[in-house]
Amino acid sequence: MPNVTYIALIPLLPLAAFLILGIFGRKYFKNTSGIIATALLLISTLLAVYTAYGYFFEYGKVDGIYQKLIPLKYTWLQFSEGVSIDMGIIIDPISVMMLVVVTFISLMVHIYSLGYMKGDDRFPTYYAFLGLFTFSMLGLIISSNIFQIYIFWELVGVSSFLLIGYYYDKPSAVAACKKAFIVTRFADVGFLIGILILSFYSNTLDFNKLIERLTTPESNELKNAVAASFLGISALTWGLVLVFIGGAGKSAMFPLHIWLPDAMEGPTPVSALIHAATMVVAGVFLVARLFPVFSISSPNALSLVGYVGAISALIAAVIACTQTDIKRVLAYSTMSQIGYMMFALGVSKYGGEDGLGYTASMFHLFTHAIFKALLFLGAGAVIHYIHSNEMKDMGGLRKYLPITHITFLIACLAISGVPPFAGFFSKEEILLAAYQNNKTIYWVALITSGLTSFYMFRLYFSIFWGRTRPSSFKRDCDEVKGEGGFVMMLPLVLLAFGAATAGFIPFGHFISSDRITLENKFHLMFSISPVALGLTGIIIAMWMYKKENNKPEKFAAMSSGLYKAAYHKFYIDEIYIFITQKIIFNLIARPTAWFDKNIVDGMINATGEGTKEISEKIKTFQSGKIQQYAICFLVGLISLALLFIYVWK
Amino acid sequence: MQPGLYHILFISTVLFFIGVFGFFTRRNLVTMLMSIELILNSVNLNFITFNKYVWPNKLDGLFFTIFVIAIAAAEAAVAIAIIINLYRTHQSIDVENAEEMKF
Amino acid sequence: MNITLLILLPLLTAIVILLMQNATQVKWVSMMGATLQFVLAFVLLFSFYKERQLGNTSQMLFELKYNWFPSWNISFHFGVDGISVAMIMLTAFVVIAGVLVSWNVTKMTKEFYFLLILLSMGAYGFFISLDLFILFFFLEIAVIPKYLLIGIWGSGKKEYSANKLALMLMGGSALVLVGLLGVYFSASIHSFDLITLSLLHIPIQTQLICFPLLFVGFGVFTALFPFHTWVPDGHSSAPTAGSMFLAGISMKLGGYGCLRVATYIMPEGAKEYASIIILLSVIAILYGAFATMMQKDLKYINAYSSVSHCGFVILGIGMLTKTSIIGSVMQMVSHGLMTALFFAVIGMIYERTHTRQVSEMGGLLKRMPFISTVLFIVGLCSLGLPGLSGFIAEMTIFMGSWQHPDTFRRVATILACLSIVVTAVYILRAVTKISMGPLKDEFKNLTDATWNEKLAALILIAGILAIGVAPFWFNDLVSPGAEIIMQKISPITIGIK
Repeated sequence: MPNVTYIALIPLLPLAAFLILGIFGRKYFKNTSGIIATALLLISTLLAVYTAYGYFFEYGKVDGIYQKLIPLKYTWLQFSEGVSIDMGIIIDPISVMMLVVVTFISLMVHIYSLGYMKGDDRFPTYYAFLGLFTFSMLGLIISSNIFQIYIFWELVGVSSFLLIGYYYDKPSAVAACKKAFIVTRFADVGFLIGILILSFYSNTLDFNKLIERLTTPESNELKNAVAASFLGISALTWGLVLVFIGGAGKSAMFPLHIWLPDAMEGPTPVSALIHAATMVVAGVFLVARLFPVFSISSPNALSLVGYVGAISALIAAVIACTQTDIKRVLAYSTMSQIGYMMFALGVSKYGGEDGLGYTASMFHLFTHAIFKALLFLGAGAVIHYIHSNEMKDMGGLRKYLPITHITFLIACLAISGVPPFAGFFSKEEILLAAYQNNKTIYWVALITSGLTSFYMFRLYFSIFWGRTRPSSFKRDCDEVKGEGGFVMMLPLVLLAFGAATAGFIPFGHFISSDRITLENKFHLMFSISPVALGLTGIIIAMWMYKKENNKPEKFAAMSSGLYKAAYHKFYIDEIYIFITQKIIFNLIARPTAWFDKNIVDGMINATGEGTKEISEKIKTFQSGKIQQYAICFLVGLISLALLFIYVWK
Repeated sequence: MQPGLYHILFISTVLFFIGVFGFFTRRNLVTMLMSIELILNSVNLNFITFNKYVWPNKLDGLFFTIFVIAIAAAEAAVAIAIIINLYRTHQSIDVENAEEMKF
Repeated sequence: MNITLLILLPLLTAIVILLMQNATQVKWVSMMGATLQFVLAFVLLFSFYKERQLGNTSQMLFELKYNWFPSWNISFHFGVDGISVAMIMLTAFVVIAGVLVSWNVTKMTKEFYFLLILLSMGAYGFFISLDLFILFFFLEIAVIPKYLLIGIWGSGKKEYSANKLALMLMGGSALVLVGLLGVYFSASIHSFDLITLSLLHIPIQTQLICFPLLFVGFGVFTALFPFHTWVPDGHSSAPTAGSMFLAGISMKLGGYGCLRVATYIMPEGAKEYASIIILLSVIAILYGAFATMMQKDLKYINAYSSVSHCGFVILGIGMLTKTSIIGSVMQMVSHGLMTALFFAVIGMIYERTHTRQVSEMGGLLKRMPFISTVLFIVGLCSLGLPGLSGFIAEMTIFMGSWQHPDTFRRVATILACLSIVVTAVYILRAVTKISMGPLKDEFKNLTDATWNEKLAALILIAGILAIGVAPFWFNDLVSPGAEIIMQKISPITIGIK
């Protein structure tokens, strides 16, 4: 293995960007901050690509197995013998793949933002936050220690918080960033407790050792972890489920998804980077990282992952069909696609052909990152042009935004699983894996894939076809020239190229559950039904939305109950508000504060008051006559003396 | 006749009770202060006497006497300061008038 | 090095302050004194490391002993180990920041600074004392200035708060004194010397009585539930530097005392009462957090959150594992820095907006980017963001607590973990309301931090980051001290249920 410590530079360069721009940006780099950050990230990206090339084609494979390499490791905080947080770098197929994805998408977003955020008065801050995010996300990917991943997990959470709340004078953005942080924080507590459980039984925090100890059937650690149980479920399963809750929070899985749609309050490039392509797949990445433990030692926890993923995929797809804010549609679509990745892991088994779901999941993560980032950036171009997120303000934009239109169409085709675009290949693999292992999930997935193409093309037709509404964008027509120029179009074109061709990468060669090359098999017969369903979805969307008509309203009226429920996101937000406002605030916090003020403090004050009362009563003993005191004193003294002399000798 | 331990102790007892009597019966604060001095001096006398007759090789009693004298001086200074202040506010140094200082 | 310098330097500074003629001179003298303390603390840290590297493994370094009252076995016995060095560093950081943020005090400046410096002397003396009587003496020295600081320079119902604080703390010290005397008279050698006592075996019956006395006595200082109510009132009435000293230093005296005095010399008592301590601390953590959610005044928010955070200190001690004790010390230092910074920021905001009600603020980020950024950093530290000190401390405590396999401690740990969500809720509500959202009209003309405020904030942030980014040095510093305490606790088998 060659010396690959330069990998540490990949996350550190964006960190440098964060520090430089965060501290000096406002003063010295008012206009050049974008260029600086982009240049640094470009170096990172090149390094990441170089790493990937080296790993996959030169030194990564030994005896047909991709190695898990740890080129760097420092003990950061030693808790006890064997248990320590190490800051390390792990290089294995998934982390290398993610390195490329994250740096590439981040670079695209950096470039795109040069145009999109131009003229914003907090331009350096924006790039500083992007740098912080990229650093944390890259750190998360290369974490070699479960606590290290938790650290970066929190850091991506906070950078997401900062970026969602970027337009800080908008109350809705402030509410959204708070919500995102608190919901994911809640899930992170699960993650934390999961870490505590796993580390207790495996007596390590290091990923490699942890996985090894908890997957070897003879190991004492595994035996103890399985033997200990709480509420009839083994400690190991508890630990994994809790870790998965953390992942579900970050990946916006049902029922912890409520923050994701609101997170769209952030700038659109941020949504593309964080809330579509990279951070939200951290949960998938986490499950994939611990996949051997899940699949070998605790299939129950893994099947939970599968069902949660499937439910999320379906629910999100249904909701997406009814939303009118284009970014929210995309947000729900993201959630749905991440659901795909999750259940693909959930239905997978460890090793060989059975591990197809794992490969498929990672493949979908890869392709999804590309086409979803493209969709968001395309939506950003639209929003940049029209200054509105609402579908009703749009229509007929294909004449005004030709490049955006084409690239958006490619992305829509990719996400709908139309061959030969990228989404087709990854989705087909996922469906195949589901079909082989769990029929229920397979049917759910199939329906979802039909819905996906429907809502994506509903979006597409509503934006780019139909009647133009000049009223909505005449306002800023002079100021906005075309599609935002080269810097905004370059990422779109590059990503569109990726979305069109990424599917041809033989992913199984590089990534598989046991890190042994997996041959891609193509099942023509099998892919007929999903593709047919996808096309049906597209046709229905075309029929309903290509020309303006009243079909959508009719349809909505027809399925009134379901439509209304889906439009209101199945009232999950309301349930959360009920729980937080009514129960936690009114039934816990308020009584606690009252109790403190009146009972606990009351007792203290009562002690004080009581003392005062008593002294008020007994102070009349004091007459103020000194000589009287002196006589008392003398009498007392003499009687004590007498007592000591005669009685208590 | 050499004065012995008991003679001196007798004198100091008398001195003590004169002081106590003065302290109890006088109304004038300065006189009361003087009575206290008498009491202290009777104590001093005791210290010295015991030192001389019981442990003639040690000096503890002498030291303590000096200590008491010093304290007495300080105490007198404070007491007189209080008395002067009292006189300024009440135009009197009668102890009865100081009663209202009780609380 | 001679560690009595840590006492003599503040004493000298205080005396020189009294000799000064005008406010400017007073300020600069205090500033110089505080800087020297700061330098001295670093010198201490580095010479401590050097000694250790040279292979000096004795429990206490730089020991000094002067007889003071031989017949009672009371002596000026000083010495430091890693835990004390950590606390001394904390004190030095808070003192210099406190002096800096008080730059604009105009009322009785000389007396104000005199008291601040005197308080710091009490704290240093407390942390380096190895004789319990002297330790108690310095504990008292640290209480009185607080009373005056709140009573004279405070705001709101300051007399009430000052009285409450002083009386509750005095009550706590009375318990401490009784406990100390109990230990003194029941030990086979009558001694106040910590090292001597730690080598003796205190009879179990004494421990069962004296441990709670000492622990609760010190616990009052560190906001042990239900003796925490002086915290909100005291902090909210105190002037900015007063709050900083109170939360940053005084509350840590209690935690240090619980650990160094109560637990160290009476390990059996600690084991016996561990479950009660854990129960109280978990109550404090959750209860403090929930009570904070309902507060509207910024200082009350921070004060109640201090109750919650100091609960972690007690929890770490109550769990009685090496990791949790290290975590507990980390939490003391981390909370000291963080909460001092928080109060400093609150002071800066209050000076400008003239309100501490969260609901009356909004959008301050626009006018005061520096202060708002600091507010964000301190908020994030409070809710345990990695890279800042709070995270390290809390995680160490959790990891330490989880080493016990019994259900009671597990549940306690999980409940304590849950508090980090509640913390996130109240911190974010406050921080976002203050600095984000639309800017109110009346705040259009606010100005950002001045040089002294910036410097104070940066010093404290540097401390927070030093622990948060590189916790290993801190761990290495504290862990031998914790190891020695554990050596006394580990062999004991009673009290584990």
